[in-house]
Amino acid sequence: MNHYIERNIHWIFPLPAVVFVVSMMGFPVLYTLWVSLTDWSMASGGEANFVGLSNYISLLQDERFYNSVWLTGYFTILAVGVETVLGVAIALVLNRDFKGQNIAKTILLLPMVATPVAIGLAWTLFYEPTIGLGNYALKLLGLPASSWLASKDSVIPALAIVDIWEWTPMVTLIVLAGLAALPTDPFEAAEVDGATRWQVLRFVTLPLLLPTILVAVILRSIDAFKTFDIIYTMTAGGPGFASETLNIYGYNLAFGYFRFGAASSVLVALLALVLGFNLLVLWTRKRTEQ
Amino acid sequence: MTNESLLSKILWGGLVVLVLIPFFFPFLWILSASFKTQAQIVAMPPVWVFTPTLENYARVFVEQDFGRFLLNSSIIAVGSTLLSLVIGLPAAYTISRYKQNSIGVFILLARLMPGISYLIPWYILFSKLRMIDTFSALIASHMLVGLPLIVWIMVNYFDGLPHELEEAAQVDGCTLQGAFFKIVLPLSGPGIITASTLSFLFSWNNFMFSLVLSAEETKTLPIAVYNFVSYADVSWGPVMAATVVIIAPAIILTMVFQRYVIKGLTMGAVKG
Repeated sequence: MNHYIERNIHWIFPLPAVVFVVSMMGFPVLYTLWVSLTDWSMASGGEANFVGLSNYISLLQDERFYNSVWLTGYFTILAVGVETVLGVAIALVLNRDFKGQNIAKTILLLPMVATPVAIGLAWTLFYEPTIGLGNYALKLLGLPASSWLASKDSVIPALAIVDIWEWTPMVTLIVLAGLAALPTDPFEAAEVDGATRWQVLRFVTLPLLLPTILVAVILRSIDAFKTFDIIYTMTAGGPGFASETLNIYGYNLAFGYFRFGAASSVLVALLALVLGFNLLVLWTRKRTEQ
Repeated sequence: MTNESLLSKILWGGLVVLVLIPFFFPFLWILSASFKTQAQIVAMPPVWVFTPTLENYARVFVEQDFGRFLLNSSIIAVGSTLLSLVIGLPAAYTISRYKQNSIGVFILLARLMPGISYLIPWYILFSKLRMIDTFSALIASHMLVGLPLIVWIMVNYFDGLPHELEEAAQVDGCTLQGAFFKIVLPLSGPGIITASTLSFLFSWNNFMFSLVLSAEETKTLPIAVYNFVSYADVSWGPVMAATVVIIAPAIILTMVFQRYVIKGLTMGAVKG
């Protein structure tokens, strides 16, 4: 018996995990694909009739869909962009041995591990136009008050700020790890050549850090794209549809309007975008490794 | 670096503090608000000195029964983490040892896909099986987040363990699976702590799955906190107290296992 296990360990050991993922991910995704080809909804009385690609055709004519794609892109690029710049800057500041480094790193971890829903609620209070600290802080700085989450022009930036607060530490920690792994030769050579601090930063540190920064950007982009908790908690897609990203739109269609067929097509579109992005990343990596 | 002036060091130290304040301040503010009355919270300009009150926490635990939600969240987080370890550790081992990259990528795919794409089928499936609002359904759904995480971390960890150990054991007549359980696993403490802590944290914080799959019986903390806010009149004090209750365990866990959490979150991002 033991012999059998040993000889076949290479499939016995992974089997439960694979079976689990197939049943909890594989089949559900295929099922979602199937549902996207039906007209299943409350209106159809719980019956799922095959309608081919008609959900997708409607989707391509759906303004709300294009709106959600745009908003998702806007949010992701804004949030990840700022997170990257800030994250790298902070990492460079923190990159030296000092006594409180562990405390600093722990503080940086806090926004990442605090429950997003709770954070969303706290920031909602912060953004409250009259009683929130947000406008109070603006007043102290001599700036005009903002409607933050209440206006369709400021809602995405306001949400992005929360994401930035939560996840800049992630970029910082990854870059700090990258900085620690950098080779010392280029820096010694630069010192010998008499380079100034800024020159070292521009011509040695940052180029060497680029692969690490890229990894951080990719990881963050994938997650920012899928952001759900804080948006749902703070605005549920509002005001109107001004913060209805793809995720939220899909969720609202499925569990708000109970239009499973339509919702599934939105989710398949979301899936396609996420997978497409990942394939692009993989393909680019393969190209650059040559 | 050694000939840096004292002034330069002080300035830099100030910069570090300045940089850290925005990330730390909201927690201080949430904590203080949880001890304030509604009037003190809505006061503008903000009230910094006040006598604390425990009435918000009383409301949260007594009126709102948060003790039960704490228990629910714990059961699901611990359950999903344990089960993910049971099926994930052996899988991670063979993926690492036999370089089974396709299996690895398949399991990791679950980490990349948006969770919402599973929700409709899960909702339908669990409804049909009358498993909505059961711990099994929730644990299973949370495992789909925990398992890829655990596999990812442990594959990286096992890659770093030398093969000599199992080989020596096998020379002594041990089977490979025996070597796995008796030698490799006991040496995998750090990796397992990293993986478990992250799996627990992500389960604890999970909102979307519980939103759809749980109801009264299995309501978790994130849902309870979310439900706290009624649209008519928000009592911010209890909301802040609820916030403290839900993030406190996560924060304590993170502080204790800080090194492991950082390792887990940055793993694979940096080569070597």
